[in-house]
Amino acid sequence: APKRYWEETQNATKKVEAEKSSDESKQENTDKEKKTDPFPGDAPIPEERMKKFQRGNKLEVPAGTRLKLRETLTRSEAGSDLAQNQSARYDLLLTEDALEGEEDEDTCTISQEDIAEAVDITSGSKHLLLGGRRGHVTCIEWQTKNLMCEINVMETVQDIWLHSEAMFAVAQKKWLHIYDSSGVELHCIKKFNDVLRMQFLPYHFLLATASATGFLQYLDVSVGKEVAAIPTRCGRLDVMAQNPYNAVIHLGHPNGTVTLWSPNQKEPLVKMLCHRGGVRSLTVDKTGYMVTSGLDRKLKVYDIRAFKPLHSFFLPAGASCLSLSQRGLLSAATGDIVQMYRDACGGAPVTKPYMAHRVRGTVWGVGFCPFEDVLGVGHAEGFTSMIVPSGEPNFDALDMNPYRSTKQRQEWEVKALLEKVQPELISLDPGMLGKVDNATFEQKHKERVEAVGYDPLAHKKFKPRMRKRGRSSAGSVEKRKNKVAHEELK
Amino acid sequence: SLFFSPSRSKSSVEAAPAVMAAEDNDEELSSLEDENVISASEDEEGSEDERKHTKLLEAISSLGGRRRMKQTERSEASLQVSEFSVAADGAGEKVELSDLLGTMEKTPGAPNKTKKQLKNLQNRKDTLELPLSKQETEKVFIIIIIYVPTKPNNLSFQVILPLFREDEKRGEKLARTPLEQEIFSLLHSNSQPIHDPVLTPVEEASIKAMSLEEAKIRRAELQKARALQSYYEAKARRESKIKSKLYHRVQKKAKRRDFLKQFEEMVKTDPDAALEELKRMELSRMQERMTLKHQNSGKWAKAKAIMAKYDHSARKAMQEQLEINKDLTQKLAVPSEDEDEEKNGDEEAGALPDFVNDPEPILDPVNPWMRGKLSKEEPEPEVEASTEARDEDLEVQQQQEEEEEEENEEEKLLREFERKRKLREDEDDDLVPVSAEDGSKITDNNDEDKDDKVDEDDKDEEEEEEEEEEAEEVVSEFNSLFNRLMKSNTTPAVPDQNEGEELLDEGLVRVQTMEDLEALRKDRTNEANQEASVPATDTPTAPESASEPPNKKKRRRKEIDLKKVLTKQATVVKVPLAPTVLEEEEEEEVHTEQAAIIKEAFAGDDVISDFLKDKRKQEEAGRPKVVDLTLPGWGEWGGLGLKPSKNKRRKFRKKVAPPPPRQDKKLPAVIISEKRDASVAAHQVSQLPFPFQNPTQFESCVRTPIGQTWNTQTTVRKLTAPRVVTKMGAIIEPMSREDLVPKQKSNEAKRGAAILLEEKRERGKKKGSGGKRALQQKKKKMQKQKKTKE
Repeated sequence: APKRYWEETQNATKKVEAEKSSDESKQENTDKEKKTDPFPGDAPIPEERMKKFQRGNKLEVPAGTRLKLRETLTRSEAGSDLAQNQSARYDLLLTEDALEGEEDEDTCTISQEDIAEAVDITSGSKHLLLGGRRGHVTCIEWQTKNLMCEINVMETVQDIWLHSEAMFAVAQKKWLHIYDSSGVELHCIKKFNDVLRMQFLPYHFLLATASATGFLQYLDVSVGKEVAAIPTRCGRLDVMAQNPYNAVIHLGHPNGTVTLWSPNQKEPLVKMLCHRGGVRSLTVDKTGYMVTSGLDRKLKVYDIRAFKPLHSFFLPAGASCLSLSQRGLLSAATGDIVQMYRDACGGAPVTKPYMAHRVRGTVWGVGFCPFEDVLGVGHAEGFTSMIVPSGEPNFDALDMNPYRSTKQRQEWEVKALLEKVQPELISLDPGMLGKVDNATFEQKHKERVEAVGYDPLAHKKFKPRMRKRGRSSAGSVEKRKNKVAHEELK
Repeated sequence: SLFFSPSRSKSSVEAAPAVMAAEDNDEELSSLEDENVISASEDEEGSEDERKHTKLLEAISSLGGRRRMKQTERSEASLQVSEFSVAADGAGEKVELSDLLGTMEKTPGAPNKTKKQLKNLQNRKDTLELPLSKQETEKVFIIIIIYVPTKPNNLSFQVILPLFREDEKRGEKLARTPLEQEIFSLLHSNSQPIHDPVLTPVEEASIKAMSLEEAKIRRAELQKARALQSYYEAKARRESKIKSKLYHRVQKKAKRRDFLKQFEEMVKTDPDAALEELKRMELSRMQERMTLKHQNSGKWAKAKAIMAKYDHSARKAMQEQLEINKDLTQKLAVPSEDEDEEKNGDEEAGALPDFVNDPEPILDPVNPWMRGKLSKEEPEPEVEASTEARDEDLEVQQQQEEEEEEENEEEKLLREFERKRKLREDEDDDLVPVSAEDGSKITDNNDEDKDDKVDEDDKDEEEEEEEEEEAEEVVSEFNSLFNRLMKSNTTPAVPDQNEGEELLDEGLVRVQTMEDLEALRKDRTNEANQEASVPATDTPTAPESASEPPNKKKRRRKEIDLKKVLTKQATVVKVPLAPTVLEEEEEEEVHTEQAAIIKEAFAGDDVISDFLKDKRKQEEAGRPKVVDLTLPGWGEWGGLGLKPSKNKRRKFRKKVAPPPPRQDKKLPAVIISEKRDASVAAHQVSQLPFPFQNPTQFESCVRTPIGQTWNTQTTVRKLTAPRVVTKMGAIIEPMSREDLVPKQKSNEAKRGAAILLEEKRERGKKKGSGGKRALQQKKKKMQKQKKTKE
């Protein structure tokens, strides 16, 4: 007879419970035969790894709590513990590797040729979009070198952005254009003019643009609507980065300050003075580090969670471009040399780079390839890719699959759209959503009045109706008013 | 002797009663005065008809009005005596001078001289002017001329003041009226003899000094001067009567131009007077500021305003007026003298932050752009130090933090001292231009030409000043000011290496005027030299200031430690590859050029001060304002110019509770917006859900995500498993009465969740067991428990 589906589920649940009760049974076993199992119970998890997956602090349930509350709290605590334990246990599966020189060999002296000989690159297709100063835009599969499209927009290209292989945006001299994979212009967004830098917030489907006119604009790519346009009043905005942790946009300014923006506020969330001179480049790590380089030839590392400076390095030539890889490897371009720093953010201050490479011309832009150990360097003479052990080896295929097929991509698009995070949720603390809004009634009311444009709770002033036959004389009107006032007093 | 003359009247002698004349003329004058009083003379020709006629007229006029008839009084002996009253009706008749003087001829005793004078008087036809009013006589302008006779015997004038004539011997009691007192005091102060007409020591000295000829010459000069003055007066009067506005306007302009020219010259030649002039100008400016002149609100301006629409010239005129007004009413920043005010100003979130005091360094004398802070970043010597050194530095920083307040005070003291010294030096500079030369010697060859000019100027000034060695403070002040101006135009550029440090040990000297700024700029060179000496002086003063009771206010207002903010010790990174492009020098050049361009573009801004200003502004905006609910005139008198009393204002001023401390309170280089983000609030939980008693409980419950993005598969399954699994196909029977029996408080309930879970597990174990069986089991259990309890 065919099995009923509940029976199946029962089996499944039974299995789960069997797992759960396994430690109990094990304990029982140990009681019975103590000598047989030398490692009783679960394998211990190192403290550090446990800390890695800790979310918030454990709540001690006070003594006099009500039953219902106690129940909920203990259950949720148990759940959190389980999640943390399991994650820590499975962390074992995530491997990582790094470039390690032989004894007495400086890693930064190892040439790229040597590395390329030693490494075999096998990976799925990944697309590379290149934009030239003179209007040349190319999309290629960078490993197979298959050309997807190549166009000349006949205008200066300020910045480019690749959403998926199907679509890319180009910030041209005047407006923002969107092309498809074959180079056909899909949109020309004239509301976004003089764009200098773009950042895409993947989970919000927002394209943030910084313009020469000092405007920071957010375009909802899924709907094609402008979400917010913020006049920053900070002049030309040509240094921009996003914080992948909370989707806050960081802007660098010529007066040495870095400002943090969300689409929900017209003023900067945070403004910090980082350099004496102007800020040249800026990059933010998802673990909470910000690296800036300024005209004062300094490279600074900030803890963006506490807004405190951690390190300050003096580079003889100053860094023009910065980029942080998924694993926290910092690349800094000074003139025509690309330097790599390992553990620049946390840990002891660095005195020399991890790796260095000289390219043929002045470097214009650097970018790490996600999930790959490759750094792309755009320079005056062209594009160079170099091998750097930088990429996250363990990808979440549900979130971002570098090896995905077309079908998977399509599915991913739908899922991502369904899970789209609303732009209102962008704030410095992404955990805001899980907190109770403790604003006072007055404050809320004030906000409501501001949003609605009038006070919905305001008491309407009594306006006596016009009556005929002399009953609307000044005296009687006054009487009526008095009556109403009297009633209200009651 | 003395001579007093009233200011207004021409014939001063007769008119002013307080005035004395020479002894000789005394009698005659008194007789003249008599004459003045007796103005009427008997007219015997007046016929009776006329008299009757006037009487009739009077009677008629009195009939009509209320006016009472005046009884004419008899005041003079007359031939005609009315039968009704004794009044002499000759009042209207004039007394002729000739009648009075006629008797003079007959009297034998009168001297010929007086007779002659009287005759002259008789011939005069113009009437005497009225004597000055009482008020005017009080304002008598006193001119003191020391008359110097060659021989004391010959011209012995005796001053006998009519005022003091009565009792000369009693001294002070003489002076009764204010005028007298004034004169008395004046005489007293000038050491003039009051009682005895003996010559004063000054007079005696002058007698010795001057001969007769000289005296004559002097007299002539004086006469000439007087004549000139009168001419000038006459001219002025004539001109003032001219009604043409154009004429006056032109005249005024010419005057102003002349004045400016004169002033410029005066500045060069006579700085003392120039300073005086400046003060006067300042006074006039102040007066102007008080009045509403030149505001285009007058009659003329209104008329012009109407015309302005069509008439270009009218518009222009109005504009000119406004400009004048602007010039005159411009408020000047007056340097405050007392230090207290300075301190206060510092404590307030002042308009100008301290950074303004930073002397602007001129790094590149050729390029005016390269003044900013950007280019003066050189690798400090200690930079290459290892991590240990860095740690030490950190420690030092911490110490500095601790000693911050005290140091601030020390610094302030030092700064104050230095400033004063510099001011003094400035003045010294004026007198000793060599020092200025020394300063300029350091400069490049480019500036030599300029330096020469400066030297020349200095020499000129020196000569002038040698002439006026006795110049007072005021003069020196002006000179220093002027010199500073001169020097600021030609200040030699000195590369300032220590600018960064300077910026950091920022003083509390507040710049309030342009002059101060100028002075600071000038002193920059000195400061560079003193840089080394300053830390040396720092140490001895430290214990002193530490012993001083620390100012509480200072403590509260923590100054931003800039060392922490921007000059964090930077570790130099050694790059194995040669520092960028040695092979391609051309490109390198291009790079440096670019850098230069960028630096140029951003040279002007003072990054730190701007930021601090911004931060201060934000803090100000966040502070709650005091609400004043005072209603003027409520409960007390109100009206124009009346302010509600202090008491009342205090009573009705509502102070709002201070907001929670700012998030960026301890972060000097960060501004965190305190604005609430209302957009997230719409998605947040606004009211605490049921079982929770405080937000932390709720938040801890929600903190772990249960999605598969964040968790392993097994965890997700466990976390999302339904609490109650209802099996399809099972019969659920309605509740029986027994179920509703109130439960006893059992140990089971107290144990809580763990037991419940066990129950669940048990239930799960029973395959296909329906709800009914579970219930039955439960019942059985309960029964068992009951039994055991019993």
